[in-house]
Amino acid sequence: MGNALPIAVRHLSKAYGAVSVLDDVDLDVRPGEFLTLLGPSGSGKTTLLMAIAGFLRPDKGSIRFGEQEVVRLAPHKREIGMVFQNYALFPHMSVARNIGFPLRLRRVPAPEIARRVEAALEMFQLGGYGERSITQLSGGQRQRVALARAIVFEPRIILMDEPLSALDKQLRERMQIELRQLHDRLGTTTVYVTHDQREALTMSDRIAVLDRGRIARIDAPRAIYDHPGSRFVAEFIGESSFLDVEVTDGICRAAGSVVRAPHVPVARGRCVMMLRPERLRILDGSESEAMNRFDGTVQSAIYQGDTLLLQIVLADGSPVTLRMATRGDDAPPPAGGSPIAVGIAVGDTVLLADEGRTAA
Amino acid sequence: MSAPALNLSRDVDGDFHAAALRRDHWRERLGQAALAAPALLLVGVMVLLPVGWLFGLSFQDDAGAPSLEHYRRMLAEPSYGRTFRTTFEISLATTAICILLGYPLAYFLSQLPRRAANLCMIAVLLPFWTSLLVRTYAWLVLLQRSGLINTWGMDLGLWSEPLQLVHNVGGTLIGMVHIMLPFLVLPLYSTMRGIDGDLLRAASSLGSTPAHGFWSVFFPLSLPGLAAGSALVFVLCLGFYVTPAMLGGGKVTMVSNRIANDIELFFNWGAASALGVVLLAITLVVLVLAARLSRGAGLFGGGH
Repeated sequence: MGNALPIAVRHLSKAYGAVSVLDDVDLDVRPGEFLTLLGPSGSGKTTLLMAIAGFLRPDKGSIRFGEQEVVRLAPHKREIGMVFQNYALFPHMSVARNIGFPLRLRRVPAPEIARRVEAALEMFQLGGYGERSITQLSGGQRQRVALARAIVFEPRIILMDEPLSALDKQLRERMQIELRQLHDRLGTTTVYVTHDQREALTMSDRIAVLDRGRIARIDAPRAIYDHPGSRFVAEFIGESSFLDVEVTDGICRAAGSVVRAPHVPVARGRCVMMLRPERLRILDGSESEAMNRFDGTVQSAIYQGDTLLLQIVLADGSPVTLRMATRGDDAPPPAGGSPIAVGIAVGDTVLLADEGRTAA
Repeated sequence: MSAPALNLSRDVDGDFHAAALRRDHWRERLGQAALAAPALLLVGVMVLLPVGWLFGLSFQDDAGAPSLEHYRRMLAEPSYGRTFRTTFEISLATTAICILLGYPLAYFLSQLPRRAANLCMIAVLLPFWTSLLVRTYAWLVLLQRSGLINTWGMDLGLWSEPLQLVHNVGGTLIGMVHIMLPFLVLPLYSTMRGIDGDLLRAASSLGSTPAHGFWSVFFPLSLPGLAAGSALVFVLCLGFYVTPAMLGGGKVTMVSNRIANDIELFFNWGAASALGVVLLAITLVVLVLAARLSRGAGLFGGGH
């Protein structure tokens, strides 16, 4: 539909008293992009979204939609489709009147409203629900109505504030795919807020990780997952175990082993090694790549259906977690207390500067 | 300590405790009912019996024989019709003024941060904590011919003769509105507080101006609270006695003043009872209508 407008945020700041919730934020959302703002609560992600929507007046900064400066524009003039966490459907209106609301405001002729509402209902598998009351709908259906209402007037930009957080896990995962497909079809620039890292990885073109009112990292999901760049981002996206690394004369030691890595962030001193559970393997001597090897003891094995989790304590007492896919013909998992050798390919080994800041 | 051994075999040929479980169920029910018994007894003795007695009295003549005399007189004598009309007019006017003053007030409070709203609410509730009589006397002091308002008004040269501010309909309305306002504001405020702010933000993002958002979203959603508050005020006004008696100066005769007259001056319990019965019937009709209008909201309990 050609609604591919870039958003440019510059020097956006907002403080409540001495607490800075947005600290000189710069952000570029590319035309047609699905960008997710990810961060723990209090990181400023919702504040940033609300500033883009116009519901929050920043202390300073610039927000541009394409060529237009909007930082002082009232929200109802911004032409934004917004989806709220609790759907924000009007309880005193039917499904069809909810969806038709933005069209009536734009003085679209009644027959055209009826046609477009009907088309939107069909698009979201809500055919025949037009006259229902909002209270008669399930959570998933309400979510669809909220989406239909937000896109029916072909907004320039779509903003979503944790729209799936009220749904149960299965429905949430299905809606993630549906939302992404919807975005691919419409091509509208979308900014999405979530605290769920898996959701962010599933849906986004790029993820901006926020930390204390600043953007800690912005990149494509895969790049962020594999190379988080800081311990905070590594902890926030995906699971990991961390090992303290001692660097002396270019040699890295962790948990009693000498380790190698493609990139060492410090010349000497301390850094941390990120171990993704699914990248860690049990070593049996058949590995073809160069591996960093650690010896340890199995503490417990947890069967989770699709995967098996091994809690392992390394020689120096550091706990690490190993995740492996299960198969029908698996040998029984190693018993608690048995010795084990695990390793991670040198190519997968990520060392991060230890900035002493954790996500927890 | 060892756990007592489970002896399943003992119950296998029995009913698996079904009878005992049923007994437990009824004992629990009975226990809950017993908790309500004192209140039920009180309502029975203090409300149902007197109302039933009044009801009976209203259908008897002075000699105690069954008769519709009191009701017939109510229809025949125009003064009764006037009394009911005054009652309705004063109640309606009080309710209308309360809405005009109370709606913006409740809206303002509902938009404040919770702490500030609670402080302001104390100001709204303060009159509740002083005696009705004291407040009505206070109005008398303020409004009478030599009262504060007349003195100041004349000192400032706004008017030269003392204005008749009290002992008339106007004075009655001022006093009644002042006393009734909290009854309107409280349910209205709680309904408005319950309206999700995201709804207005949603309306705004979809293109509503603030005024349009208010009329298309906020106002309709506040109506149940408005209906509950208005019904409460109207019904309380119908039976109001002290304020009209004191500020009306005998010129404003509402049903309850008439009832008092019938009993205190004429010792006519039958006529007073008949008035009471008619007022009760009207009140019930108003409440039922209001409940219909604000279905499932506010005053009448229930969810959404």
